[in-house]
Amino acid sequence: MAETGRLTQSSRRSLMGSVGLLRIALILALLVIWEGLSRSGLLYRDVVPSLIAIAHALFDLLGHRAYYFHLGVTAGEIALALAVGGGLGLAVGILLGANRFLAKAYESFLYYLGPTPKIIFFPVMIMWFGVDVQSKIALGALSCFFPVALSVAAGMRQIDKVLIRVGKSFRAKTWQMVTKVYLPAMRQPVINGLRLGFGVALIGTLLAETKLSNKGIGFLIVNAYSTFDMPRMYAMLIVLFALAIAVNALIGRLGGLHSIRKS
Amino acid sequence: MSGSAIARSNAAPKLLGFVSVLLFFAVIEAVIRAGWLNRYIVPPPSEILGSFYRIIAEEHVLRRFLFTTAECFAAGVMITVFGVGLGVLLQRYELLRRACETWVAALAAAPVVLAYPLFMVIFGRNAVTIVMIAFVAALPAVILKTIEGIAGTRRVLLNVGKSFNLTPAQQFWKIQFPAALPVIFTGLRLGLIFALINVVGVEFLINYGGLGQLIEDLAERYDLAGTYAAIFFVILVSVLFFMALERIERWLRPVD
Repeated sequence: MAETGRLTQSSRRSLMGSVGLLRIALILALLVIWEGLSRSGLLYRDVVPSLIAIAHALFDLLGHRAYYFHLGVTAGEIALALAVGGGLGLAVGILLGANRFLAKAYESFLYYLGPTPKIIFFPVMIMWFGVDVQSKIALGALSCFFPVALSVAAGMRQIDKVLIRVGKSFRAKTWQMVTKVYLPAMRQPVINGLRLGFGVALIGTLLAETKLSNKGIGFLIVNAYSTFDMPRMYAMLIVLFALAIAVNALIGRLGGLHSIRKS
Repeated sequence: MSGSAIARSNAAPKLLGFVSVLLFFAVIEAVIRAGWLNRYIVPPPSEILGSFYRIIAEEHVLRRFLFTTAECFAAGVMITVFGVGLGVLLQRYELLRRACETWVAALAAAPVVLAYPLFMVIFGRNAVTIVMIAFVAALPAVILKTIEGIAGTRRVLLNVGKSFNLTPAQQFWKIQFPAALPVIFTGLRLGLIFALINVVGVEFLINYGGLGQLIEDLAERYDLAGTYAAIFFVILVSVLFFMALERIERWLRPVD
């Protein structure tokens, strides 16, 4: 038994080793193809800029103080969008999850409106909230409301009925039920909803910035486009994708690590 | 509970949902008419309803609808071919799957649509850009669901195949692939939803093409009621699209 255990462990280690090697090989191959394409002149110049140019632009970008100002603006917008849209989503989700009648009446609206493209509301948001950051926050909030509300409503219905009965038998008030029973018991769906909400809030906010703004990362991307500064655009997209993926993974891990133990 | 009682228990909340939407619009109408809400910011619902006819008759809605549908269809064909193909490939080669699956998952979390200026530089301001963004944004979901579907084939089914001495190709085509189809269809449905969102969004952003452009067009003309009507129209089309996909998926899904 111990023998086979050791065997599988060593074979697993060698498998992980070859996975690592394959990953490095794939990345290297991709970089070589990229550089080859860039130097071959097959595509328009600057569409596939040299890796050196992109690396240069990346260093330039990260060393620039103005970039952090724009990053701060966008991060602030997304945080506010998450707070407003996520907060409303949480409240509506709890309401719909707790009441079957209301869920039957309204949840299908949320379900079908959820995946519709939110950016098309941007002209309306501009009229309601102006051209400054408020309209971007509003669009981000509108985007993230739906996944949070739906995820929380579904999470509420999965709560062990025993927990709810315990809370009721202690005569917990509504607020106490929410903070002591509902939220701890559905931490995972709530965090998952926030993870999805973060993704769409980021897209909503940044797309709004690319459409009409004078600050933020979205503005910088469109600015690079209109000045045809391709290495800079690649650099910005690389940083943005890395940040988005990292935050997404972080929120996901938060949900996984602290999942409630099932008794 | 009798059948009619169940129907009634569902009908009451449905009715409430419907009535509250009507009530909501009635209240907005009243508030605007009373002058508490600026009608140059929120046009009265009756005016929006009136512009529905106008945008359908004057703004070539049918042509735009067909254009957007064609873009979604092109992206749909591409995600089916490449998404399912890559999923099968990754599932077949364990090492490759272990190396790439997290990357695909990361790509699924990446805000691909934000690269639309980049796509515009590469493909130009045209339908190719729109279809390519929709394709890239929707691809990871299909790949991941294909892997999930094939990996989730029940052991019993695989053993039946083995006991019939099936070749690996037969094992795949006769057992694994059909068993994975329901999950693959779920992936395709998700992919088509992402495709539609991205197609309409990018049409709006780059002011080109079908339904998304309609909104941008009307907003730039400051045709307020028309803009609202166009937004409602696009939302309606998207919702009908999702409902249809759901129906198709349920229809195709074999009884478990």
